[in-house]
Amino acid sequence: MNQPQPQSQPQPRPQPPLRPNSRWSALTTSPHFVYVLIAPLFLILLAYVVYPFFQTFLQSIKQEGSFSLHNYSRFFSLEHTANLEALWTSVYISVLSVVTCGIVGVSMAFLLERYDFPGRKLLSVLVLVPMALPPLIGVLSFEFLYGSSGIIPRGLQHLLHLEKPPFTLKGIWGVLVVHTFTMYTYFYMTASSAIKGLDPSLEEAAANLGANRFTIWRRVILPMLTPAIVAASLLVFMISMASYTAPLIFGIERTMTMQIYLSRTNGDLDMAATQSTLLSIVSVLFLILMRWYQGARNYQNMSKGVSVHRTEVKSRAGRNVSMVLSFLGVLVLMLPILVIVLLAFSEDGKWTTQVLPPSYTLDHFKDLFTDSKTWRPIANSFKISIAATIGNLLFGVAAAYAIVRMRFKGKTLLDILIMLPWALPGTVVAVNLITAFSEPNAFSFGQVLIGTFWILPLAYFVRHLPLIFRSTSSTLMQTDRSVEEAARNLGASWWYTFRRVVFPMALSGILAGTLLALVEGIGEFVASILLYTNKTTPISVEIFQRMYAFEFGTACAYGVLQIVMIILVLYVSRKLTGGNAGSAI
Amino acid sequence: MIGVTLDRVSKTFGGAKGVEDVDVHIKPGEFFTFLGPSGCGKTTTLRMIAGFYYPSGGRILFGEQNVTNMPPNKRNTGMVFQNYALFPHMTVFENIAFGLQVRKQGKAEIREKVTRAQKLVHLDGYGERRIDQLSGGQQQRVALARALVIEPNILLLDEPLSNLDAKLRDETRQEIKRLQLELGITTIYVTHDQSEAMSMSDRIMVMKDGVVQQIGAPLEIYNRPANRFVASFIGETNLWEGTVERVEGGQADVRIAPDVLLTGLAANASPACKLAAGQKVTLSVRPEAIREAGPSERGAANTLSVKVRLSEFTGVSVNVIAEAGPLSVKALFVGQGQRMREPGEDMRLAVAPESIYFLE
Repeated sequence: MNQPQPQSQPQPRPQPPLRPNSRWSALTTSPHFVYVLIAPLFLILLAYVVYPFFQTFLQSIKQEGSFSLHNYSRFFSLEHTANLEALWTSVYISVLSVVTCGIVGVSMAFLLERYDFPGRKLLSVLVLVPMALPPLIGVLSFEFLYGSSGIIPRGLQHLLHLEKPPFTLKGIWGVLVVHTFTMYTYFYMTASSAIKGLDPSLEEAAANLGANRFTIWRRVILPMLTPAIVAASLLVFMISMASYTAPLIFGIERTMTMQIYLSRTNGDLDMAATQSTLLSIVSVLFLILMRWYQGARNYQNMSKGVSVHRTEVKSRAGRNVSMVLSFLGVLVLMLPILVIVLLAFSEDGKWTTQVLPPSYTLDHFKDLFTDSKTWRPIANSFKISIAATIGNLLFGVAAAYAIVRMRFKGKTLLDILIMLPWALPGTVVAVNLITAFSEPNAFSFGQVLIGTFWILPLAYFVRHLPLIFRSTSSTLMQTDRSVEEAARNLGASWWYTFRRVVFPMALSGILAGTLLALVEGIGEFVASILLYTNKTTPISVEIFQRMYAFEFGTACAYGVLQIVMIILVLYVSRKLTGGNAGSAI
Repeated sequence: MIGVTLDRVSKTFGGAKGVEDVDVHIKPGEFFTFLGPSGCGKTTTLRMIAGFYYPSGGRILFGEQNVTNMPPNKRNTGMVFQNYALFPHMTVFENIAFGLQVRKQGKAEIREKVTRAQKLVHLDGYGERRIDQLSGGQQQRVALARALVIEPNILLLDEPLSNLDAKLRDETRQEIKRLQLELGITTIYVTHDQSEAMSMSDRIMVMKDGVVQQIGAPLEIYNRPANRFVASFIGETNLWEGTVERVEGGQADVRIAPDVLLTGLAANASPACKLAAGQKVTLSVRPEAIREAGPSERGAANTLSVKVRLSEFTGVSVNVIAEAGPLSVKALFVGQGQRMREPGEDMRLAVAPESIYFLE
């Protein structure tokens, strides 16, 4: 009986037909069943990402109901060059931002990772402070500090008894400085993780082969850092192109985002659609370029536990210089937050020509939570954010699970569609939603959403689509698939497995993403300013309006609230994920 | 106790074939091993039995019940994964109790069963430990306890020893065998390690490239391999090609080199091998079946003179690799009084007729 078995047995055995256990199991074991499960994900993306995008595109190529490229010829016309100027300004601001952010970020990374000097520890914590600034508050703090009536220029003027302030931050310089301050962290983070990953033995090997310090830099270190630097450059370029708040505050009207805003407020919706489409194309191209580049090159050292040895600054002069520079660095990094906190205690309307606000009060903070007028924006922001985050949570976890664990065609498409809203400038997201939902349609359940509360959660949902998805999928990827199989093998149904095994194991990632989405929602400004109504004003828009009413104190009190929440969330999610938060980068 | 029947089971992944036409009946209470190099389809077959893959063709029966398309959670099999797949967010106790909780058993009953399972694998008192506080061997035993506590119909083991170091592997191997005999549970074991398979199994199924090569008891597979692959994969062997010169009186003479003629028993041939004059055949001779010829045997039948190329001492034996003209000869001498051979040294070796096995 135990004879060796040749692979083809001659006698044909009648093979009974496969009898499925039940109709339901026939359905669920079908290889096509997975498409039933992922269909809702695609439907949501279709309704709220693709369809609005497409509507905007349609509007841009339609002129009174028929196809026309009139809008595009208007955009590129040489008679009214406002648009072309805006495109040019946006591009050159972005390029300059990349350069300045790159210089600051990479040199910070090198200083902090490679040298040991007094104040290094403090500086390496504070170096990430710019991330704790909500977009609008970040720009405002620079205006307060270094603007034409800013504290520093005026202080120096008083101190040195000058006729007028020695310098003020305004115009394109203002935008550039703010961009550098808020975006160098992208360079810093990618570069410092690349430097951490650099195996010191590589340098030792190069030295052993006879290379001098300069050659090692040129031939070993810089090439190894190139992928990190290129990735950060693309990212910063993309974010600069989408930047809206800085040009708004520093009054640079000739940028793409500002032009969209102006076209929209002037009622030239066709032009707004055209500008949005063009800006989207640039952003999407950069997204694709970035993904391609990340896939194409990866020098990340896989060896773990490499210890970077820091060179200690030993000479007395060197120590003193580094001490002074660290102190200045700490000061520059902390000042924006300090000034917001200080102003939050100043009385509204009293600060005119003095260096510092003359009188202080605690009332703004009391009012925030007691006065129904000042409380309303906070309630609005929370309501909008929570509604949007619930949507993000359901969508993000489902999509992450589908992409990491299931096998189906169209996975790359799903991935790209989820990342798309992140590449789109907030202004564009808002314009897309306006074009799509100013008339009732199936995706809005037959309602006009513009002018209602629900357009805002929808916008936040779309803007923050990738956050929970990314953090969840990165934790899911770290967990072993066979653990799920073990649960199934022990008799657990799919849903029981998801509840008892998948969800608890991914919980840290899910929670980190959820908190991030929530707090991003609380700070959201760019899309809100185009979509809010008087009843649904969120915090950031309220800050903007208070600023124009010269109620700096109240504005900054809101800002402090935002900052506190962000710092809290950053701290908690660092604890949750052990510092490897799957960020949206 | 329950038997498992794979009725002409195949599995293709897209265009690539995973497993072809596996047809085997595993008896109730048997320790059955799928053996083969990586990528041979052994794990795929196991996963079809567990229900993680559904076959593209054929049927799987547990006893008389057709389970071909039954979802994994309805099959009542206990599986030990290669990397153990313990739930990292649960304690040892919670891990073992998971399957019982799924089965909605009472709290007291669960506690009692888990405690018993912990004792069975010598982990009493470890209930409150977290998984990352356990050593590899302990994790392995938790995985085993977790699979056994649900009283599965079939125990499935997917290379459970491959992540352990050599000493622990031997201990755990004996432990698994002991539990299997004690519980009398039908067990399917997947491994690429032939010595593991030989020492534990009642029967072994050898696979290669998704195709079953041979099914049989360890002794049978070792002594009567079905083909060259099985002969060389299971243990060490010399494979010599030659031409049959004469078949007579139950004996076959095969010339494997111009001056080397070996005579073996015609009964020692694989079924696919045709012994007839002029036929090309392959001879398989185990190294331990080769002995040094005495001085009186000079020129006797079934001897060959060789030149030593390399010799090594392993503690148990002296292994010699030698050349006889174009032939390469591996020989293994066990026992005291063996000395190392110098490269270039001449030796005379003898091969017993009954130790020669003919392959096609």
